[in-house]
Amino acid sequence: MTNSGAQKGTPLDAQPVGRKGVYPYLKRTPLDVQFTGGKGVSPYLNRTPLDVQPVGRKGVYPVVRLDALAPDIYLMRIASGYIAENALPGQFVNIRSCEGINTLLRRPISILRVDRDKGAFDIVFQVRGKGTGMLAMKKAGDTVDIIGPLGKPFFINESFRKIAVVGGGIGIFPLLFLLKEMQSAEKTVFLGFRNKECIVLSDDFEKACDSLHIATDDGSAGRKGLVTGLLEESLDNGQTFDIIYACGPGPMLKKVAYLAKKHNIRCQVSLEQRMGCGIGACLVCACKTKQGDDWDYSHVCKDGPVFWSDQIIFDE
Amino acid sequence: MNLTDNMADNINMQVEIAGIKLKNPVIAASGTFGFGREYAEYVDLNKIGGISVKGLTLQKRRGNKPPRIAETPAGILNSVGLQNPGVKEFIEKEIPFLRKFDTAVIANIAGNTIEEYCEMAEILSSANIDAIELNVSCPNVKAGCVAFGNTVSGISEITRKVRAFCKKPLIVKLTPNVTDIKEIAKAAEDSGADAISLINTILGMAIDIHKRRPVLANNMGGLSGPAVKPVAVRMTYEVASIVKIPVIGMGGISSGDDAIEFMLAGACAVMVGTANFVNPEACVDVAEGIKKYLEKYNYKSVYDIIGKLELNE
Repeated sequence: MTNSGAQKGTPLDAQPVGRKGVYPYLKRTPLDVQFTGGKGVSPYLNRTPLDVQPVGRKGVYPVVRLDALAPDIYLMRIASGYIAENALPGQFVNIRSCEGINTLLRRPISILRVDRDKGAFDIVFQVRGKGTGMLAMKKAGDTVDIIGPLGKPFFINESFRKIAVVGGGIGIFPLLFLLKEMQSAEKTVFLGFRNKECIVLSDDFEKACDSLHIATDDGSAGRKGLVTGLLEESLDNGQTFDIIYACGPGPMLKKVAYLAKKHNIRCQVSLEQRMGCGIGACLVCACKTKQGDDWDYSHVCKDGPVFWSDQIIFDE
Repeated sequence: MNLTDNMADNINMQVEIAGIKLKNPVIAASGTFGFGREYAEYVDLNKIGGISVKGLTLQKRRGNKPPRIAETPAGILNSVGLQNPGVKEFIEKEIPFLRKFDTAVIANIAGNTIEEYCEMAEILSSANIDAIELNVSCPNVKAGCVAFGNTVSGISEITRKVRAFCKKPLIVKLTPNVTDIKEIAKAAEDSGADAISLINTILGMAIDIHKRRPVLANNMGGLSGPAVKPVAVRMTYEVASIVKIPVIGMGGISSGDDAIEFMLAGACAVMVGTANFVNPEACVDVAEGIKKYLEKYNYKSVYDIIGKLELNE
């Protein structure tokens, strides 16, 4: 010890000045992620009709990787044989962003795709606040506490030969899982983004469908304008579909529902709402739905997130 | 079986509240546990002392406009607005399911008028439930409810009138949004309440600074979760030291240690609410945590700690 401050101070009454700092945590040794395994069989093969809702389960699973796709947009791969095997397109997982009480509620995040052979699944989320901010700080080997898979999946039927898929912004993610599961149908995909920088996973979508059409608000990529404009044009040009699936912001869904009705095409939409429990108990994630001649509040977590578009009463 | 197991088995977790025997002092709080069936996939309902069901009204209610929830530091704000299928559907569809489990069933009721409360109490008196919890403390509905619960005269009148129609043990659930909780609790006791539960949520508000609007569509809502616990413990202590009827404490309980605070303050039982949203097994975890505490300090029964708080000089 040559430069000890204590040596210069006489006697030992010298009080060192505290200082606030932010210091790096000791480097983590890379952890081996254990895959829990899973059967490489689509749950669809054995299920008719295809609107079965698997039972969610609470579990703590390891994070395999976390990648930044775009500013504030992250892809997280999580090892869970149970979820990989049981999840259906359109479903979500309810994930705790941290231990303790800093951010109390779980965050509902839809499933991007599953890898049944490896027993893993992917989610994509946007950092919007404290909770998703903490999720974005996870590293491979960390664990996450998850309840899932949850919610009603998209209705898929073998008879759907030609399908249209419409996604806007961060609403596109559950649609990739849907496309991957509908391998035999002819798939036309319309995706809308704010600008070129916001476009993510377009290669994955391109591979998973027959034709991909992109619109951006500012025209920096694809067509300038709204994604619903692309759908409308396609329908007006005489394109027909057996079903339209959509996920994205409310106004987009409202327009898609309108176009589907106008062209007499059945349509499913996946909704978003602030949730509490995620399992249908707390009743906070209300959305207006038709009930006969009347209306009622249904709940996005349990009655949805996927609904038939003609059930939904969209806000003015 | 080792010594520890033996000791744990000798601990008596049973409590009795207004004649209802609970296998353990942990009850799922109204509005956070649906009608039990929502949680049955995640937790063994047989391990919970009781379930206070989602607040019931005479007629079905749709509830408030969404958003109905906002996350706040260590808590949540909600304004569900008592969405429920109505008391008749509860009796027909939910009671038969709940009765498959060995757990006490408490019907939480709310109304726009005193007459509605009385009618519900009368209907539920012949239903297969263990107790009625009078919700005179919901901050999220425009008419009735909290208006009956925040004055001495209001709580006296409604408790007295409902008592006349209620053949089941009557628990009165108090709102914390009052100046002096002691006089409200005393009025409930004097008017015929068999037990008191507290606290309901604390009226609060959260603002989205980017939209310059409240987060909740209803503008204000009820605060719950760990953030309210110290307030709830204080009020439980104040009420338990002034009434003779049993007190059920709640507000931010998510562990056995949290529950012990309320019991030392005088609560005979506790309710677990918001924690269920985070951890579906919260009620069972709290019950196990209470048992561990009793074991650690060699207590034989839950009653050994109820009200055993010693104040500092």
